[in-house]
Amino acid sequence: MARPPVDIPSLVAAWGPHVNRVPAGGWTTEGEPDRVVQTHCCFCGQQCGIQLKVKHNQVVGFEPWEDFPFNRGKLCPKGVRRYLQNGHPDRLLEPLERVDGRGFQPVTWEAALGRTAAEIRRIQAQYGPDAFAVLTGASLTNEKAYLMGKFARVAVRTANIDYNGRLCMVSAAAASKKIFGIDRAANPWSDLLSAEVILVAGANVAECAPITTDYLWEARERGARIIVIDPRMTPIARTVDLFMPVRPGGDIGIFNGMLHVMIERGWIDRAFIDAHTTGWPAVAETVAKYTPEYASRIAGVPASLIVKAAELWGPARTSFLLHARGIEHHSKGVDNCLAAINLVVASGRIGREGCGYAMITGQGNGQGAREQGQKCDQLPGARDVENPEHRHYIAGVWGVPESSIPHKGLSAVPLLEAIHDGRIKGLLSICFNPAVSLPDGHFIREALGRLEFYAGIDFFLSETMRYADVVLPGSLMEEDEGTTTSAEGRVIHHKKVVDPPGAAREDWRIICDLAARLGAGDKFAFRSPREIFEELRVASHGGVADYHGITWDRIDREHGVFWPCPEPDHPGTPRLYEGGRFGHPDGRAHFQAVEWRPAAEETDDAYPIVLTTGRVVSQYLSGTQTRRIGALVDQYPEPRCEMHPRLAASLGVADGDFVRVESRRGALVVRALVVKTIRPDTVFVPYHWPLGRSANNCTVRAIDPVSHIPEFKICAVRVTKAPPPDDAEAHLGPEAGGLA
Amino acid sequence: MIEERAFFIDYARCIGCQSCVQACAECDTHRGRSLIHLETIDRHDSVQTAPQVCMHCENPVCAQVCPADAIKQTPDGVVQSSLKPRCIGCSNCVLACPFGVPRYFGEIDQMMKCDMCYDRTSTGKRPMCATVCPSQALAFITLDEFRRTRGGTAINEWRFGDHPVRTKVYLVVPPETPPLLQIQGLGSARPSGAFDRNDVAAWLEQG
Repeated sequence: MARPPVDIPSLVAAWGPHVNRVPAGGWTTEGEPDRVVQTHCCFCGQQCGIQLKVKHNQVVGFEPWEDFPFNRGKLCPKGVRRYLQNGHPDRLLEPLERVDGRGFQPVTWEAALGRTAAEIRRIQAQYGPDAFAVLTGASLTNEKAYLMGKFARVAVRTANIDYNGRLCMVSAAAASKKIFGIDRAANPWSDLLSAEVILVAGANVAECAPITTDYLWEARERGARIIVIDPRMTPIARTVDLFMPVRPGGDIGIFNGMLHVMIERGWIDRAFIDAHTTGWPAVAETVAKYTPEYASRIAGVPASLIVKAAELWGPARTSFLLHARGIEHHSKGVDNCLAAINLVVASGRIGREGCGYAMITGQGNGQGAREQGQKCDQLPGARDVENPEHRHYIAGVWGVPESSIPHKGLSAVPLLEAIHDGRIKGLLSICFNPAVSLPDGHFIREALGRLEFYAGIDFFLSETMRYADVVLPGSLMEEDEGTTTSAEGRVIHHKKVVDPPGAAREDWRIICDLAARLGAGDKFAFRSPREIFEELRVASHGGVADYHGITWDRIDREHGVFWPCPEPDHPGTPRLYEGGRFGHPDGRAHFQAVEWRPAAEETDDAYPIVLTTGRVVSQYLSGTQTRRIGALVDQYPEPRCEMHPRLAASLGVADGDFVRVESRRGALVVRALVVKTIRPDTVFVPYHWPLGRSANNCTVRAIDPVSHIPEFKICAVRVTKAPPPDDAEAHLGPEAGGLA
Repeated sequence: MIEERAFFIDYARCIGCQSCVQACAECDTHRGRSLIHLETIDRHDSVQTAPQVCMHCENPVCAQVCPADAIKQTPDGVVQSSLKPRCIGCSNCVLACPFGVPRYFGEIDQMMKCDMCYDRTSTGKRPMCATVCPSQALAFITLDEFRRTRGGTAINEWRFGDHPVRTKVYLVVPPETPPLLQIQGLGSARPSGAFDRNDVAAWLEQG
């Protein structure tokens, strides 16, 4: 019986989100801090170095960490204010149980874990082992990601484990694997500095990867030309050499069109293609029809811009491609990435200084969390759960029969669909807030309400946890220890800064306890996260993502180590593909010919406008953490619907008016922000908020056939002027989904 | 001898992320109060934003107009917040500063302003805003480093109407800009009919 036990305003009153505005210990701290700990930001994939100040086991402030090489002290507003999660009034301090009509009541750990274990086995006995699912997150450390994958397969023994990286990196990962044979950014960020031309495709760098901005500007100071492809003029697009306001979903038009011009003008590296690639003839044949005029009709930008882009990219001596969710969050997300990467391989500019490619990883451990075996199709070391050799190796590490390891399970969206249609009856989640972050929000929340049993581990009561039967209070990043792998592929060390407050526990202890109650205690006898990492090193050994030569001590000494690093004396691998040696068994890059196809839901007369979604700089993902930090909420309190003045005029909407944005699946009501910086055929709403402010009420539950990433970037909506909402939810604070 | 570091503002780099605003409020001498300004020029027309720290005038107008002699300069030319025992909260400085920097805080009845993080810079650290700034639109580097790594021109001489001002902080402008910035009220708007590079519709219609 997984339903919110009382109405939403009552739950918000008890558990938040409330905003914390004042640090633990107040603004004026008496005396020096007890210690200053060098660690990393808990938020995005850049994993900036930061120092946290501690007094009386509370984080009371921060100091930039200028020695850490990636960010040299730089921080975005989220990094500056992240420490305000500590000592937060909403912090979960003890296990809770749902009591219908009354809310959540404290219970002992014994009762909470005992009931959870009993429900897992009851549901599995009644409906089969896969009827209990595990959903995890990409903000977890490598150690926890490894633990969750093992927990699902060895302790719960379900095939159905997946993670919220499914909403983030899977399109880029699949494309990178197809062409290069390895799923990782090919270069360290320092290679951006010597690139002559940088192509930024679907990446709002200024807001979603702010520290990368300085790398772009430093490259520009050294003469780099920058091209930005985005339906909106983002802050970096304002001053770049070429801005291409692509129609949402039109990216393949630009990429194939550019390649067409490059072939025509002789700007491809034939020698490199012959020596180091396969599949070129099919690509050349495919792009033959993508003349600038044909490509322009797909891309929705003038043909002259596509020619200009080819003229910048084609003849350069060095170049760098960056892409992110803007091209990846599509039902053709993998194909979009493939078409972009074809431009890199055709130029031969990869695997050298200033020559390369990177996906901009979104989540904190978006890279590492997908390598350690918590994806439904992977085992540790980025191994394949269906590959007999891979299964055999991991079975050996885990000390279980190979046949006992479940096969491929459902990815996140089909997993929620299986909950909705009754095939999955029970769920354990950690660090995932699908009630806000998955598309077609009403359907997702309806699914959650159909679970027979739901237990969640988190530090705040997220919108999803309101549906929980049992709430297990876990740990913030700074309350536990472990490693993450940054966007660069650099494995770094998050130090333990403070202990979890109250009766909250480190996540890994909760999982190991639960595993013991499921009869698998001997396989989860870890006494520290370092012991988990030691097992992870062995489990990853020989895999593509090989961490075997990496130790916590090396990470601390070397400011991080880049995988693959197979042996302790191996220096790590900051730059992949040197000498044109790629990750496939034949050592070659495999070109992939890509044709454009329409989105799952194109506009029509009833829903004539494209809704595209994304992020703002002051909020992070579903907002569970950042909507609780006052200074970040104040910076951008509530979502607004960005629209061009021409569209606004045709709708009779003025800046600041309330508008109702409505798709076939749901609606939201927010204020309009009328700006010239967006295409007139498209509106934009950021997705960090819940309830009547949730952009995902509208988005479409369509996924890429290969990566299973949802199509967050395109759905068809109509927009109408609306009266100010006056329901109970609208009267909540903006951090809870109300209106400022 | 180590060359002294200087403060540079480059509006072309600014991405409006407000790291400077958030970090300024974390500076120990005025924790909880942000003293930097980040202007959104006109969000309807553009995403352009512009950070404004105190320019630290050689002969500061704010101090000249202060009837209580509450605004002092350090020997190395940093203009400080008003002295609490002297400040009478009249806001003359707020009105007179050509860069709009001083702020009057009613709850403490005192003017406070950017002091270039004197507590940090006097011990060899960079100011908080320039340390965290993700775009390095705010940079605290030596002039030599600036010349080696940046393309623009750094200027610190201004003329507001007839009033000359020389500042400790530099503004980075395109290389072709004359070395003295003449500010004469509001400039004329972009000529009508010209390509508006901030309007996405204009990009779609060109070519």
